[in-house]
Amino acid sequence: MHELPITESILKIVLKHARANSVHKVMTVHLRIGKLSDLEDEWIQRYFDYLSKGTLAEEAKLKIERTPVIVRCNACSESYEADVKNLNDLTCTACGGKEYTLISGREYYIKNMEVQ
Amino acid sequence: MENVRLIEVKEDILSDNIKLAGEVRERLRGTQTMLLNLMSSPGSGKTSLILQTVEGLAGKVRFGVIEADIDSTVDAEKVTARGIPAIQLRTGGFCHLDATMVTQGIDAMDVSELDLVIIENVGNLVCPAEFDTGAHKNIMILSVPEGDDKPLKYPLMFSICDLLLINKIDYLSLSDFDMSALRERALALNPRLTILEVSCKTGAGIEGWIDWLNGEVETFKNMEE
Repeated sequence: MHELPITESILKIVLKHARANSVHKVMTVHLRIGKLSDLEDEWIQRYFDYLSKGTLAEEAKLKIERTPVIVRCNACSESYEADVKNLNDLTCTACGGKEYTLISGREYYIKNMEVQ
Repeated sequence: MENVRLIEVKEDILSDNIKLAGEVRERLRGTQTMLLNLMSSPGSGKTSLILQTVEGLAGKVRFGVIEADIDSTVDAEKVTARGIPAIQLRTGGFCHLDATMVTQGIDAMDVSELDLVIIENVGNLVCPAEFDTGAHKNIMILSVPEGDDKPLKYPLMFSICDLLLINKIDYLSLSDFDMSALRERALALNPRLTILEVSCKTGAGIEGWIDWLNGEVETFKNMEE
């Protein structure tokens, strides 16, 4: 739903690095987005194609890696992966604890980009 | 054809917003003004809750409201009619408020004269959960007619809130809403979540909400000393 503002931010950062590195063309952008985000990859690419027209990043492909939801048990400090389809059962796999802290799964990160 | 090379970027996409949200929090700490972000679906009772809050806080807490709406000013008009300063931000189609828009709202208010500012976010359980507004506390309303399955559908929203208000409990007898199932689902996502049951229509449970809010404003002020 909010792919547009997120995509604007991606393009802004990509163009900043492209200019700083005297790039002629951005080919691919590698992103890392947490599995808790409900952004649709297809829509991010569509918005990116639209917004990047006439820029150094026109026609660049976005490669999105989804990072798992990892939580750490507050009782025994064990870290474990949560199933996004079953977030209602986050009982600690080691001690059965029910309180936890989110370690990853919400990130929006640009790793690197392939350029010419 | 030129060689393809790799440039390391290593930047958070939301870093601008996260930085600005931090600045909003800092700035309001300076004026001892607590910022509360109120989120829910459309029609679950955000404006009704704010109107109930006006009476509950009268004479105790000085507060203002930042209203977000896609394209109308009806909510701000209802609030100002009660003598509460309200700023209406028209988001122009945006599905959420971010820290930039909240900064505009705060700039337009005399926050140094206020103990509390409530943001009435855009009615939506998806997008507002992703964007830090700079609020010190995040709260949400779920109303009984929406159903007890919402934590399963919108887990992020339930996981980022400090308080969940279950509104329209006067509808409970007319629906198959399972309160204990709802509590179990919400607490599984967020064990530190406080849950209160209210009806903005009948006034049931509103006292508990006002007590919670007063307590939070008090704690916030004492942190400064």
